[in-house]
Amino acid sequence: MALKLHGESISTCTSRPMFCLHEKGVDFELVPVNLMVGEHKQPPYLATKNPFGQIPAFEDGDLTLFESRAISRYIATKYKAQGTDLLRQDNLKEFGLVEVWLEVESQAFNPPISAIVYQISISPMLGGTTNDQVVEANVEKLAKVLDIYEERLSKSKYLAGDFFSLADLHHIPYTHYFMKTPKASLITSRPHVKAWWDSISSRPAIKKVTAGMNFA
Amino acid sequence: MALKLYGHPMSTCASRVLACLYEMDADFELVLVNLQARDNKQPSYLATKNPFGKIPALEDGDLTLFESRAINGYIVTKYKGTGPDLLRLDNLKESALIKVWMEVESHSFNPPISAVVYQILIIPLLGGTTDDQVVEANVEKLAMVLDVYEERLSKSKYLAGDFYSLADLHHIPYIHYFMKTPKASLISSRRHVKAWWDDISSRPATKKMMEGMSIGGNA
Repeated sequence: MALKLHGESISTCTSRPMFCLHEKGVDFELVPVNLMVGEHKQPPYLATKNPFGQIPAFEDGDLTLFESRAISRYIATKYKAQGTDLLRQDNLKEFGLVEVWLEVESQAFNPPISAIVYQISISPMLGGTTNDQVVEANVEKLAKVLDIYEERLSKSKYLAGDFFSLADLHHIPYTHYFMKTPKASLITSRPHVKAWWDSISSRPAIKKVTAGMNFA
Repeated sequence: MALKLYGHPMSTCASRVLACLYEMDADFELVLVNLQARDNKQPSYLATKNPFGKIPALEDGDLTLFESRAINGYIVTKYKGTGPDLLRLDNLKESALIKVWMEVESHSFNPPISAVVYQILIIPLLGGTTDDQVVEANVEKLAMVLDVYEERLSKSKYLAGDFYSLADLHHIPYIHYFMKTPKASLISSRRHVKAWWDDISSRPATKKMMEGMSIGGNA
């Protein structure tokens, strides 16, 4: 039975496990969820896919998962032996470092970058306006985080070490959209961060997904 | 060589790791970081422990880790077989459900509950005033999240299934402080959430961790 990913390919969170599935060379079916009619907030979706009313959700036989980062970790673990080794579970030290930078993405990177992308790119699409104060406050936070990334990436090719991992992958969805905003220079002005972004965004598996990620 | 945990027992994030270390009965040394003296912002701490200037950090020989949830994932993996099975590493389905509820804690639960605790308990300690609007906005968000938890815990004893896991443990430090605020009824008014909290907060490892947690104690 095929794996089913419920969501939309333009959605940052849906794309996160899609990158992982492609890196692993695993077949799956993308089942669209009609956000415009609020399908993800309806009782059937809440009861059977994700009680928090968000996308994506993931089905593997009788197992249903949600939270994009949990889904990608599951895929990386289940298909450990094929494709890219994204979690380095056979090396405790490397695994520890992957865990660290997975959490950094979750706790330090994601809040400011998602706020900026929402304000600049998503809110206007939904008929709202961009709150410049919120943008600037989050640009300031993101800049401090990226200074630490610049230092880290001056010592190591990827975040967890000299190997591409799930920690790098989790950054891709929001950075992809961020690079289309006027704030992209936060990335391009930092040479090691820029080199890291150029490298991870040009991976064949990644390009297969980002080709479909355009808000316009 | 024992593990070294850099932090302070009154810190929620350091306590998250302490609870895990106690559950796994791991040998460790707590190295106190003086937050009032801003030890965690000094160049040597930033360079060798945590470049984000936060606690905790963990040293295991020449490996240094930070981010409490990452540290716990490492500890449970390293001591697999010697302590409780907090990640169910040999069961793909169960370990996946644990990962789901760990992410829920990170992204849905932690932001509102930490904001409420910060506003009500921590800001006054730092000489500031509680912003009631921020409290109420986050109480509303937390209430919606806890409604989902109530439904979940009506079907399963713990979050990931009928077994205690790291997903439950990660919730403990902030709930511990939250229960000391006037908003504790958000937990105690939801029957299954309350039963779950009573259960996980009475575990010996949890009680040991909570003994060290008191806001306003000496740094």
